[in-house]
Formats: sequence, C-alpha cells, structure tokens
Amino acid sequence: MSQRGVGWADLMRAANSGDANSYERVLRQIAAALRPLVRRGLARAGRSDTDIEDVVQEVLLAVHLKRHTWDSTRPIEPWVHAIARYKLVDALRRRDGNFDLPIDEFSEKLAAEEVSPSVSGREVERHLAQLPPGQRAVVHAVAVEGASIADAAERLKMTAGAVRVALHRGLMTLAKTLGQD
Amino acid sequence: MRTDDLVHALVADRTAGQSSIGRQFALAIAIGFAISAVLFWVTLGPRPDIAVAALTVRFDLKIVEALLLAATAVALALRLARPGAGTGLQTVLMAAAPVLLAIAVVAEMFVVPASQWQAKLVGDNSLICLTAIPLLSLPLLAAMLLALRHGAPTSRGAAGAAAGLIAGGLAAALYATQCIDDSPLFVATWYTIAIGAVTVLGAALGRRLLRW
Repeated sequence: MSQRGVGWADLMRAANSGDANSYERVLRQIAAALRPLVRRGLARAGRSDTDIEDVVQEVLLAVHLKRHTWDSTRPIEPWVHAIARYKLVDALRRRDGNFDLPIDEFSEKLAAEEVSPSVSGREVERHLAQLPPGQRAVVHAVAVEGASIADAAERLKMTAGAVRVALHRGLMTLAKTLGQD
Repeated sequence: MRTDDLVHALVADRTAGQSSIGRQFALAIAIGFAISAVLFWVTLGPRPDIAVAALTVRFDLKIVEALLLAATAVALALRLARPGAGTGLQTVLMAAAPVLLAIAVVAEMFVVPASQWQAKLVGDNSLICLTAIPLLSLPLLAAMLLALRHGAPTSRGAAGAAAGLIAGGLAAALYATQCIDDSPLFVATWYTIAIGAVTVLGAALGRRLLRW
C-alpha cells in the first residue's frame, strides 16, 4: 500500500479526467497511508485510537472537495500531507479531550457494522443525520447503500442532475459541519 | 460510516465541476476592482491634471509601487491557497515594492532640501488617504476572501493578510490617481499606514472566514 508519489499523481490525473476506477484506487490508497500518520498524530497528542477513522474520513472529504487546489504538474504527496496535517490539528483543537460518544438513531447500525472488515468512523454518520432530508437521502443512498447516481435517481424519484447536485451539496455540508464542533 | 462507503460517495461525486484557483482569483480581482473603481469614480475621481502628472516620475512611481505590491501579493496568495505549496520565493518577492519605495525615499531626500522633508511628508491629504484607501479596498478584500474560500489555505491568517495586501495595493493605485501628494516621503508614510490597516483587517478576517 505504499505506492505513493508518482502512483498517486497518475491516478489522480486519470481521476480528474473522469476515470472512476482510478479515483477509487487513489482514495483508498490515500486512506491506507493516512491511518498510520493519523494514529501517530493522535498518540503524540495523547488521544485514543478511536478517532483515527473520523480524522481519515475528514481528510478524504477535504482531498475530494479541494482536489482542484492540487497543481497536477507537481508532486501530490506534499499536498495530501499538508491537508492531513491541517485537518488533524483542527480535529485535535476541536475535540480538546472531551469527545462525546454520540448516542443517536445510528448507534445500532454502527454496532452492527463493526463486524465488517472495513473501517468505520462515527462522525460522518452523526453529521449525515443532521443534513437536510433531500441531501441526506441522496448521500445515504449513494454512500451507505452503494447506489449509482442512476439508481439513486430512480429510487428517490429525482432526476440524475438533481441527485448529483444534492450529493455534492451534501458532501460540502458534511465537510463544513464536521469542522465546526 | 465505513470509509469504503464514503469513498463510494466521493467517486460518485467526481464529476462535480471545479474551476481553477487562478480563474477564481482573476474573477475576484476583476469584479472587486470594478466595484472599487466605480466607487472611486463617484466619490473622488482622478485629479484634473492627471495627464500632466502622469509625465512625472513621482506620480508614476506611486502607481507602480502600488501595483507591484498587489502583483507580488497575488503570487503569494495563489501559493497560500494550495496546501503544501512552498512560499519561499513569493515571500522574498514581497520585498520588491517596499524596496522600490525605500529607494524612492532615499532619492527624494537627495533631491529635496532637508528643510522641506517634513512638509512633503505631512502633505495635504493624509486624512483622505487614510480614509479612502481602506474604504476603496473593502470590495476587493471581500472578493479576494471569497476566492480564497474556494482554495484551501492552511495558514488562514497569512492568506487573509495577502488578500489585504492585494486589496490595499489596488485601492492605493486607484487613490493615487486622485492624490496630489506625489512625494515618496508622503507615500511611504500614509499609504503604508493605510495599506497596513487593510492587511491587519485581512489577517483577522482570514483567520475567521477561511476555515475549511
């Protein structure tokens, strides 16, 4: 998983020209590379490991929403690291020792998901619940249920364009509210 | 939520349009400057003898200094808007306008007798200068902060300060066409204070408004 530098940059350039497969690969690779980085950062600040995936997800959201700030003629690694550092410092400052365990309608679902081999975070789910209903339904359908844009449009009786807009707005709102509390 | 699920949503959102930072900056400067220029035109307007003044070195120098400051600050802000981008060269280049101004001040002190230095420095318009430059810079500052929000500045205060220098520099270039005090001694004193205030405001606003 340490295929970095040139590898990521090539994948990201392919992603920027619309290749879904490359984008998925680069995001997964970045997530895998971020975990040890975030773990070290949290450990150094005396925080528990439970927040790792929340920070990783917050960084991934930022990488996605700010990917136009990467100059594709330059190495991508310093860019990813700078985003990760910024988000980690932000998360540490925000949580400041009293991280509340959220108890809401999603707690059951989250507990069920812990058997899954994939890693989970709590914060995105918690903030997802607070999105406007339209955005929440679309993000939930696409992310959690794995629907394609077309599937989600059919299921929610929306146009594909409206689904795209709601998805993008939902992700932007998530990134914004994640950084607020 | 599983990270894999989030990745799925991000991949589905990959087609969402994004315009480059450079384009956002160009747009912000064009719109901000247009508003400031209209504001300038209806309140102060250029001095009546501008055609003659434009032929003098002192008048041209203050315009060049202001524009140079704004241009170097644009280069710096473009770097500050990109995570991980080095700012070393751009920070060094920020010295260009102050150095030019310092050279102009020294030259002025050779040309003008010491007895007139104080009169040149105090000038006639310091209060208007201190009011007009900050006010004219506000539309530009707002536009630049909006453009920076589109970016991802990891040093929010520095990015806000750079926005303030762009706004202050361009506002100073506008105001300089009205101001009849052309001495570098006047410019180095009052323009610096006015632009400095805009820069401090930009840094304070940047710290609050440029979170992402």
